[in-house]
Amino acid sequence: MAHILLRELDIPNIKDIDVYLAHEGYQGLRKAIAEHTPDEVIDIVKASGLRGRGGAGFPTGVKWGFVPKDVFPKYVAVNADESEPGTFKDRQLMENNPHQVLEGALICAYAIQAEAVYIYIRGEYWDIADWLDEAIEKARARGFIGENILGSGWSCEIYTHRGAGAYICGEETALLESLEGKRGHPRLRPPFPASVGLYGKPTVINNVETLANLPYILDKGAEAYRQFGTEGSPGTKIFCLSGHVNNPGNYELPFGGETTLRKLIFELGGGTRSGKPVKGILPAGASGAILPATDEVLDTPLDYESLRPFGSSLGSASLIILDESVNMAWAANKMIHFFSHESCGQCTPCREGTYWLRRLYERLERGEADLYDVETMKNIAAQMLGKSICALGDFATNPVLGTIQHFGEDYEAVLGGDGSGDASPDEKEAAATEAAAD
Amino acid sequence: MALLDTRKEDIEHHLSKYPDKRSAIMPLLYIAQEEYGYITEEAMQEIAELLDVDITHVKGVVGFYGMYYDKPKGKYLLYICTDLPCALRGAEEFSQHVCEKLGIQPGETTPDGIFTVENVMCIGACHRAPVMQVNFHFHENMDEEKADQLIEDLRREVKATEPYRSE
Repeated sequence: MAHILLRELDIPNIKDIDVYLAHEGYQGLRKAIAEHTPDEVIDIVKASGLRGRGGAGFPTGVKWGFVPKDVFPKYVAVNADESEPGTFKDRQLMENNPHQVLEGALICAYAIQAEAVYIYIRGEYWDIADWLDEAIEKARARGFIGENILGSGWSCEIYTHRGAGAYICGEETALLESLEGKRGHPRLRPPFPASVGLYGKPTVINNVETLANLPYILDKGAEAYRQFGTEGSPGTKIFCLSGHVNNPGNYELPFGGETTLRKLIFELGGGTRSGKPVKGILPAGASGAILPATDEVLDTPLDYESLRPFGSSLGSASLIILDESVNMAWAANKMIHFFSHESCGQCTPCREGTYWLRRLYERLERGEADLYDVETMKNIAAQMLGKSICALGDFATNPVLGTIQHFGEDYEAVLGGDGSGDASPDEKEAAATEAAAD
Repeated sequence: MALLDTRKEDIEHHLSKYPDKRSAIMPLLYIAQEEYGYITEEAMQEIAELLDVDITHVKGVVGFYGMYYDKPKGKYLLYICTDLPCALRGAEEFSQHVCEKLGIQPGETTPDGIFTVENVMCIGACHRAPVMQVNFHFHENMDEEKADQLIEDLRREVKATEPYRSE
């Protein structure tokens, strides 16, 4: 099957605007503007069934439909803050097929009649932001960006905006705060960004991969798009494969059908590097619960809903593969360290919960934890669930609860301590030093 | 020398992008960091005045984001990702090697001021681990040999551009 998204694999150098134009480039935007009203474009995207690729899987056309028609100006924010551990797909799109991303953003901007698009790109993608700026200038020179685009009377600018090393800014309202020149603290909802977004104006925030689907949908139609994937999850998805596999990388496959973890890990990924069996799979980076590598899990066709019966989710399809050599308590420690570092600090349950979980996992790693500490981990996780403004606090409980549920023996293997649940003398000393330093 | 004297064109470009000039705070902080090596108190004051915000707000932003530095760091900032996917492919051992080679711990700067090493969270290169960034530019599929070579090359570059520097 030819790729819809990772088209550079079929058409080398498609990042060049001339090559892109020679392969139906900007045809979707042309058709949207020449043949459809903005509302019709929204209807087509609704009919396509396209769902947000950032992780939540919310229907894209429905999201656009929430934008009020009579409030101006309106904005589009492109979420290129890709920071979930194990995710590196948007980067490949922006590096190798940037005009498809820009065209998608323009189709979205036309549909809601936005006057500006801000691409919020993580700061660590420094060079990619420069390349995007170059692509923007090339597209502007051809009349796709700027005043009176393709003679439509509609004008729109595209700008890049670099983040600066904060995972939370991938959360859409934190992204808006950051764009407004503030600390990236997620906003309370409602109101939702569709009505009160950037600078208080209606704003659509879409992931890079989501937008990259739009040129195909507008060029070939919703029906053609639906030939790929399933009824509930149409289209193709980029699966990011990382960890203990021979061939890590991005793989674009249709949702459902023959797309299974087994195919990804063993056929495309070439199995584990060590040759050892797969022990666990994190299907959604650090944010989704871990799955044990059972036959049932490995053979489930992948779509947005299919991992729910196993207590996990597909998220942004960042598959981290762990072989049998891994102690899952160690893996959970890595993930908790991540969430503790990335909690924005706004909500107490998340800020303090991730901090105390980290302390407990460090105790576990030192061989000083006992069963009481593992119970405390579960209690802390229960106190965090559903108690924060954004989902980070909830996500941070997944590594804890998932690994304890499926790999409890890994915790037992590293338990030490005297069974009292009290801190060790070393730890008490460290806490006293820390308190004195404060 | 104020930022507006040395980087006027860049500053105006960023100011022109947003309807509210406060939004330019992040790009302007990067400009300050490029100019001075880190974000100085004077630069924060200047940015606050340019954007019509309180310096407290500027400091709050600097403190929130990991890629801004309000203290001097090495000429070359080495980011090594040791997050889970990279750790599964040897990133922790790789980081340890780089630190030993430089004689410092993660978070520290070499005494000659050339290198700062930081172990960072996921930087989106899990499929090419171990991965390192030098001043935010990717060096992927690294190994110890490549890192040694890169460090030597960067050292030589410093000597070439700053011949007066004694070691």
